[in-house]
Amino acid sequence: MATLKVLVTAEDHAQGPESAEVTLVEYGDYECPHCGRAYPIVKQVQKHFGQRLRLVFRNFPLGEMHPHAEAAAEVAEFAGSQSKFWEMHDLLFENQTRLGDDLFSELAERLKLSTNALAEALEQDTFEPRVRADFGGGVRSGVNGTPTFFINGHRHDDSFDYDTLVSAIRQAMGTAKSA
Amino acid sequence: MAQSNVTPIHGGAILTAGTPAPDFTLHVTPDQSLTLSDLQGRPVILAFYPADWSPVCGDQMALYNEILPEFQKFGAELLGVSVDGPWCHAAFAENRHLHFPLLADFEPKGAVSRQYGAYRAADGISERALFVIDKNGVIAWSDCSPIAVNPGADGILQALEDLPK
Repeated sequence: MATLKVLVTAEDHAQGPESAEVTLVEYGDYECPHCGRAYPIVKQVQKHFGQRLRLVFRNFPLGEMHPHAEAAAEVAEFAGSQSKFWEMHDLLFENQTRLGDDLFSELAERLKLSTNALAEALEQDTFEPRVRADFGGGVRSGVNGTPTFFINGHRHDDSFDYDTLVSAIRQAMGTAKSA
Repeated sequence: MAQSNVTPIHGGAILTAGTPAPDFTLHVTPDQSLTLSDLQGRPVILAFYPADWSPVCGDQMALYNEILPEFQKFGAELLGVSVDGPWCHAAFAENRHLHFPLLADFEPKGAVSRQYGAYRAADGISERALFVIDKNGVIAWSDCSPIAVNPGADGILQALEDLPK
């Protein structure tokens, strides 16, 4: 069974406490329609478990398939460098069908980030190494498409519909307790 | 080799490490063929898969396409193999912008897949079977996944890393 090879660290973008019983790691692509479909489901799952769950998002842009995916990932990382990662992550998924430079500037403005600094970061590929590192770690961990989820380090090979995810996480909570 | 070269997995029996990789010539495009032994001198990744056009993003071949630079760091050549014909492969490769060859195990149907123990006779398709072949043409690693599970690339990369330098 595929397992997460790159442990979650403070460098990661995380929502929820470090002490949470379960950590859900998502490898995603902002342009992938399946990730777009998973986005509200993951939110619901977070709401369901509250502080018992920690969510981590890592980049896995499939650039050959999705022309804006790499740039979108770098936009989110740019926002992350100014403590606005999750705001941008959400906005990108909510505007998934409009990805492109115009949208990136619009979202940066909305989050009160400098559009010039964003343009410069994209131009200079400032966040490309970070995105590539996520991607490489994902490949090593057996990411096999997007989205790929890991629940406490184990790849979730089942569907990501709400009921299936909740039950898989609940099962991991049971295992964590009895361990 | 005295011991058996096959291990039963998922009801089938794919060729295992230590077995010389059976040579073959298959069509890549309607007017171009590729012979495995022509690639000797560098590692080859042979990825058998059930069919072109599986309806998901990041299906196995599209994923490998994205990971190609990682494979190329090892000087490895990636070949996809399914029973789809060369015209079908051409359309699929164009649609997904694939930068590696897809081989048509089309006529006689599944003959190469069968040689590698990677054919599902009941379904008439190849298994999701992976082989890493070393530069001398010997299988160094193989793996067969359940048909519905895209195996990812971690096993391939590990096998490439484990090849003698």
